Amino acid sequence: MKALEQFMQKIKPKADGKFPLAHAVWDGTYTFLFVPGHTNHNGTHIRDSIDLKRTMIMVVLALIPSLLFGIYNVGHQHFLAIGEMAEFMDKFLFGALKVLPIVIVSYAVGLGVEFVFAAINKHAIQEGFLVSGMLIPLIMPIDVPLWMVAVATIFAVVLGKEVFGGTGMNVVNIALVTRAFLFFAYPTQMSGDKVWISLGDGAAVDGFSGATPLGKAVEGGVEAIPSIMDSIIGLIPGSIGETSVIAIGIGALILILTGIGSLRIMLSMFVGGFLTCLVFNAVGGNPFLEVPALHQLMLGGFAFGAVFMATDPVTASQTSSGKIVYGLLIGMLAMLIRVANPAYPEGVMLAILIGNVFAPLIDHVVIGANIKKRLKRVKIA
Amino acid sequence: MSKDVKIRKGTNIKLKGVAEKLYANPVQVSEVVLRPDDFPNLIPKLCVKLGDKVKAGSPLFFDKGNEQILFTSPISGEVVEINRGDKRKLLEVKVESDGANQFETFKQADPNSLSKEEVLATMLKSGVWPFFRQRPYDVIANPSDSPKAIHITAMDTSPLAPDYDFVMHGQDELFQIGLDAIAKLTDGKVHLNVNGNDNPDDAYKKAKNVQINKVSGPHPAGNVGVQIHHIDPVNKGEVVWTLKSLDVLTIGKLFKEGKFDASRVIAFVGSKVTAPKYVRTVLGANISNIVKGNVEEGGRYISGNPLTGTQIPENGYLGFYDYQLTVLPEGGNNQFFGWLPFTGLNKFSLSRTALSFLTPNKTYDLNTNMNGEERAYVVTGEYEKVFPMDIYPVYLVKAMMIEDIDKMEALGVYEVAPEDFALCEFACTSKIEVQRVVRQALDLVRKECS
Repeated sequence: MKALEQFMQKIKPKADGKFPLAHAVWDGTYTFLFVPGHTNHNGTHIRDSIDLKRTMIMVVLALIPSLLFGIYNVGHQHFLAIGEMAEFMDKFLFGALKVLPIVIVSYAVGLGVEFVFAAINKHAIQEGFLVSGMLIPLIMPIDVPLWMVAVATIFAVVLGKEVFGGTGMNVVNIALVTRAFLFFAYPTQMSGDKVWISLGDGAAVDGFSGATPLGKAVEGGVEAIPSIMDSIIGLIPGSIGETSVIAIGIGALILILTGIGSLRIMLSMFVGGFLTCLVFNAVGGNPFLEVPALHQLMLGGFAFGAVFMATDPVTASQTSSGKIVYGLLIGMLAMLIRVANPAYPEGVMLAILIGNVFAPLIDHVVIGANIKKRLKRVKIA
Repeated sequence: MSKDVKIRKGTNIKLKGVAEKLYANPVQVSEVVLRPDDFPNLIPKLCVKLGDKVKAGSPLFFDKGNEQILFTSPISGEVVEINRGDKRKLLEVKVESDGANQFETFKQADPNSLSKEEVLATMLKSGVWPFFRQRPYDVIANPSDSPKAIHITAMDTSPLAPDYDFVMHGQDELFQIGLDAIAKLTDGKVHLNVNGNDNPDDAYKKAKNVQINKVSGPHPAGNVGVQIHHIDPVNKGEVVWTLKSLDVLTIGKLFKEGKFDASRVIAFVGSKVTAPKYVRTVLGANISNIVKGNVEEGGRYISGNPLTGTQIPENGYLGFYDYQLTVLPEGGNNQFFGWLPFTGLNKFSLSRTALSFLTPNKTYDLNTNMNGEERAYVVTGEYEKVFPMDIYPVYLVKAMMIEDIDKMEALGVYEVAPEDFALCEFACTSKIEVQRVVRQALDLVRKECS
């Protein structure tokens, strides 16, 4: 450790030297390796041991089960599609070769942009992208071209975050901006039945459709939706990390137990979705409306969105009662978009983006109530 | 009539080095210092010269904004140093003891027989007035205000704090005289907020002329701001005065003996202290004699508690309001992968990302490391967990940062003091210096609105 520390100190570039970017990169690396021994001088002399790096890393850890399952599922779907039997390791290796490049591109491009902005603004690199960089690959279809991932990531980090002032200042979730950008900029590559399963060099077997369950349902009706058990286990086509409710559940457990993710938001979003579906079930009249409520919650990106996307503390509501309203709103919107507009089978992404936009308004109302209460107290007295 | 207040939000940070309930051998007080910086917002004006002889109770400087408010010498002796900083700002006035213990004489009388004006005049002249602080703004109270109420906190829940019941024990008479004097100052109520977690001392239980409220719960239940909020909140335009029950003893002595006796008991605590105990000393005393031979190397000396105290050098001086001298291990070491969750047995966190959440009763030996770097606000909800007022702390702090006075007012700035945000600052993932922000904002609001 000492040797490494001395080495790092030796190669430290000057902060105001010729290469501000070099300093930003060095600083980012150094503070990642060593939490700097700054001490408190004003205010509290002791501090909680948590910092933003730890918070972000906890979320990344919570995403690992989904990532691993996603890698396996990519391989599984591939061999299923080309009609070959394969061992577990073969599937996993195939998946890894497909998924890891997306992860690497996402991190490299995103962190690159962050470093450039850190150098321009002369501040330390902030950790927000550690999570976004992992979320982005997990909500991509597997066959998305790598250059698209890169373009979308640059777009999201620059226009979604840095123009607002960087980590902590963004209005909407960065990872969802990436996805939304691709969805609207390259609709042909981002939907339909070609992108969800990587065929590699093989050819699909006859009668095979690669669409996601929700995609199939748009064309072929609700019979195409897999059973509730399949959608919980997650060996179905879909975005890389979103298919398995079990893997997402492990992540949710990590977030809830450590207190990093908001249980309020997760629960209220599920409740909101569930209640909306119950209403749809009662109304009926169209096969979409009649999918059982519980089943709807397990489908598509709903669980993934509830656990990892809606809970992003920066873009979610910040007051505790606001969080409940915010979750309910997203849950309802997600289901509404899903059943009412079959062109967007994945309503969750749009619902969370709308929720992000409404979050400050929800907080404004909650805070307004608090302010009114205080004013009322003055009048009585 | 009394109120029972139960505080649920908040937390007690359990540190090593709590004072044993014993008094240490008395130590000589050779020098004292009065620092204008102990009083937020004060512009001091000197009234002594170098070499002047002073008695205990002789004025050293006064408040330029309100010339009635005097700051008097805690001991008798000679003014040996007047230190000034940038732009000749007065930093400290040092008095060296002559060992004679001479006191200025003030009116000695039963406060019940005095009028409000007489009580006020004696308090102002003797130098006990600065013990009274006011909400809003958390500054020295203005004697010409008529406060809605006066709140006296008889408990301190901050880490390693002195036990006010232990220190108060056996001083029932002095305390009551002090209370009688204080009761003269307001037409409203005098609230004595006692510790509801334990059985409070008789001096508190038998106190007359006051409303006794029982406050229980974790820190910051002992903060007078939290108590006021739950008992009788401050609204815009109202003024409430606050002080600590231990300050009342000095006021009691003033009326009983007719002198400004600034002697006090402090808790000498912290993991770097070999035998943490209670020490009898004087307001503003030099700490060298107290710490000599009693502390380990490499400590940080804090006048006050680890959350709100002031860092002082090894041969520094106690602050005006402080009843606690804390010595904690100094940090400053880089931590290899220090951000990893669930590592290290001596890492404490209010979140559940360190092993500390499994062992709620363990005591910790925390150092002064920041454990991270300052960031923008990301995590939400963590301030609210340790801020037991019906106020949205993050929104208020953000309004303070952008200096939006209207918004601060709407969000409750009149009720808060920096100390109320101390736990928020401790818990902050983004390592924001909340107390500094709050202090600056209060100064700003005071300047603009009064």
